[in-house]
Amino acid sequence: MSAVADTHAQDHHHGPASGISRWLLTTNHKDIGTMYLIFSFTMFLLGGTMAMVIRAELFQPGLQIVQPEFFNQMTTMHGLIMVFGAVMPAFVGLANWMIPLMIGAPDMALPRMNNWSFWLLPCAFLILVSTLFMQGGAPNFGWTFYAPLSTTYGPPSTTFFIFAIHIMGVSSIMGAINVIATVLNMRAPGMTLMKMPMFVWTWLITAFLLIAVMPVLAGVVTMMLMDINFGTSFFNAAGGGDPVLFQHVFWFFGHPEVYIMILPAFGAISQIIPTFSRKRLFGYSSMVYATGAIALLSFLVWAHHMFTVGVPVAGQLFFMYATMLIAIPTGVKVFNWVATMFRGSLTFETPMLFAIAFVILFTIGGFSGLMLAIAPADFQYHDTYFVVAHFHYVLVPGAIFGIFASAYFWLPKWTGHMYDETLAKTHFWLSFIGMNLAFFPMHFLGLAGMPRRIPDYALQFADFNMVSSIGAFMFGTTQLLFLLIVVKCARGGEKAPAKPWEGAEGLEWEIPSPAPYHTFTTPPEVK
Amino acid sequence: MADQQARESAPRRSNAKVIGWCLSGVVGMFAFGFALVPLYDVFCDITGINGKTGGRYESTERSVADMNRTIKVQFLAQNGPGMPWIFRPVSRSVEVHPGEATTVNFYAENPTSRDMVGQAVPSLSPSEGTLYFHKTECFCFNQQPLAAGENTEMPLVFIVDQEIPSHITKLTLSYTLYDQGEPQAAAASTTTNDNG
Repeated sequence: MSAVADTHAQDHHHGPASGISRWLLTTNHKDIGTMYLIFSFTMFLLGGTMAMVIRAELFQPGLQIVQPEFFNQMTTMHGLIMVFGAVMPAFVGLANWMIPLMIGAPDMALPRMNNWSFWLLPCAFLILVSTLFMQGGAPNFGWTFYAPLSTTYGPPSTTFFIFAIHIMGVSSIMGAINVIATVLNMRAPGMTLMKMPMFVWTWLITAFLLIAVMPVLAGVVTMMLMDINFGTSFFNAAGGGDPVLFQHVFWFFGHPEVYIMILPAFGAISQIIPTFSRKRLFGYSSMVYATGAIALLSFLVWAHHMFTVGVPVAGQLFFMYATMLIAIPTGVKVFNWVATMFRGSLTFETPMLFAIAFVILFTIGGFSGLMLAIAPADFQYHDTYFVVAHFHYVLVPGAIFGIFASAYFWLPKWTGHMYDETLAKTHFWLSFIGMNLAFFPMHFLGLAGMPRRIPDYALQFADFNMVSSIGAFMFGTTQLLFLLIVVKCARGGEKAPAKPWEGAEGLEWEIPSPAPYHTFTTPPEVK
Repeated sequence: MADQQARESAPRRSNAKVIGWCLSGVVGMFAFGFALVPLYDVFCDITGINGKTGGRYESTERSVADMNRTIKVQFLAQNGPGMPWIFRPVSRSVEVHPGEATTVNFYAENPTSRDMVGQAVPSLSPSEGTLYFHKTECFCFNQQPLAAGENTEMPLVFIVDQEIPSHITKLTLSYTLYDQGEPQAAAASTTTNDNG
């Protein structure tokens, strides 16, 4: 944002502890950020492996590799692990690393809680993944765990699943409180709210969303727990409950949740595009307001996920128009990114490639979202592969490409070395091609009527499914290359200067690379 | 240095404040999740959108039947999971004039060798008609005990409101009968169901 007047002295009087206790007991935001990112990537590979099982089964019509029961467990666990284990922790990791550096704070506001909120996550996922080995198998009702599939008909492991959701919810809420406290209280002198980098802004808004909806998720799984184990009838028609109520409460959480997974990516992209366009971000304040508008609107659109359950016409119209309204602030963002690039002196380093792919492909996902928002048309698309195509287009080139772009953008700052640009570009192009090959045919499959979450399909869908599976294998395998690139970069490589990107602006580039263990112990002065 | 100390001590106080606000938000939203349950019921009661018909209808004024209109009311009966009773409407459908009270019967039989209690839960389609379908008497208001091998005819008295929109010509009332266990166990729980 602005120049730093006081380039403070680096004091190395207190480095990291050694051995395992460094990681178990650390309260350092950089260590915790690193652990979040490593955990997230581990979960990404695990969830990705499950996606490979799904695509292998769908490679050909008929049942070849897994039984339908196991297939259902794979779709459920893939969704849960990717949403709660890969995407959300990755953004919390980026927040931990970058927010203190971007606002000139020495650490997060609540470092000990930070440690706790990270270490809850491996516990939660250990419980969740262990359900795969339990009698009756893992949860098999889809990541949306609709009642009564998850209550009356759920496997015995459902209670463990509920407990895991509770723990990861507590972790997310603590992470969110930490971000809010850090951003509100720890900004360097002169860093006013409207001078904050976009990534900090989008994370602040995301944190408020997390605080608003994670408790609702905790509530809905608690109701499930009581229905299953204590004989209540929240979602049981026999006792006067209503299964549709589950969907309302779930999507009241679920829709803001999808913005929780995309807003931080919006922020990161808003850092990266100006850097490689060598221009300031176009329309900074409109970006801030658009993010706020998206967050507010996200609470008013939940029933667009459930048009087919019998919402009255007035309700369908309301939720249809409210949903379409979100296209306006989202459009503001997309046009601002394009306007930032317009007449900029662009270079195409890997972060920029991922960022440009993000803008284009996320927009495709946004448009298919608009199609799904049209209530009368949604009856045709509902629960088909069109929906799968839509949300993978917003989550893979949206959230995941946003994370990759951020990782390449800040890797030199984290490791002190430049990553291998050739390998990274290979990673980008293979990911880009693989991802489109995997998910684009799903639009056609869905429009032709192929239902989602089914391990078998009619013969006319065979060709597109084979293409889709080949793309998925390509995308999946390519991610091992990312692991290689990061490990290589962490171990060595060309020394990175404090500011490896010519057009970069912001406090994080004023400190040396790699970022010292303690930074901004004396607050910088932001003019 | 004093300046730095001021900076260090200042956020501590406000951190506690921020945590306090955030935690009250968390607790509030957790409570809101549960508040959605009664809110949903109230909302559905007012709008009738989930097809749950209302409780006992008590008319204050004598209604006059609108002989110019005829509404066909169809009846469906089905068993909840694991319910062994024979359960069916005595007549599949009746034609009624809005405003007139009509009585229909449902037949239930317990073919098992144990005493059981059943509870019927109604649902009306289209849900738009829910607000105009009044039950003055319904077996669904109460739990129905049946001894082993016993059978019974259960009455339903209803009035279709004269205000029913003109485009609704047909209403379908569906009952699902659920097993409520042994009579003693069931007597301990509620005996009436106002949602019925």
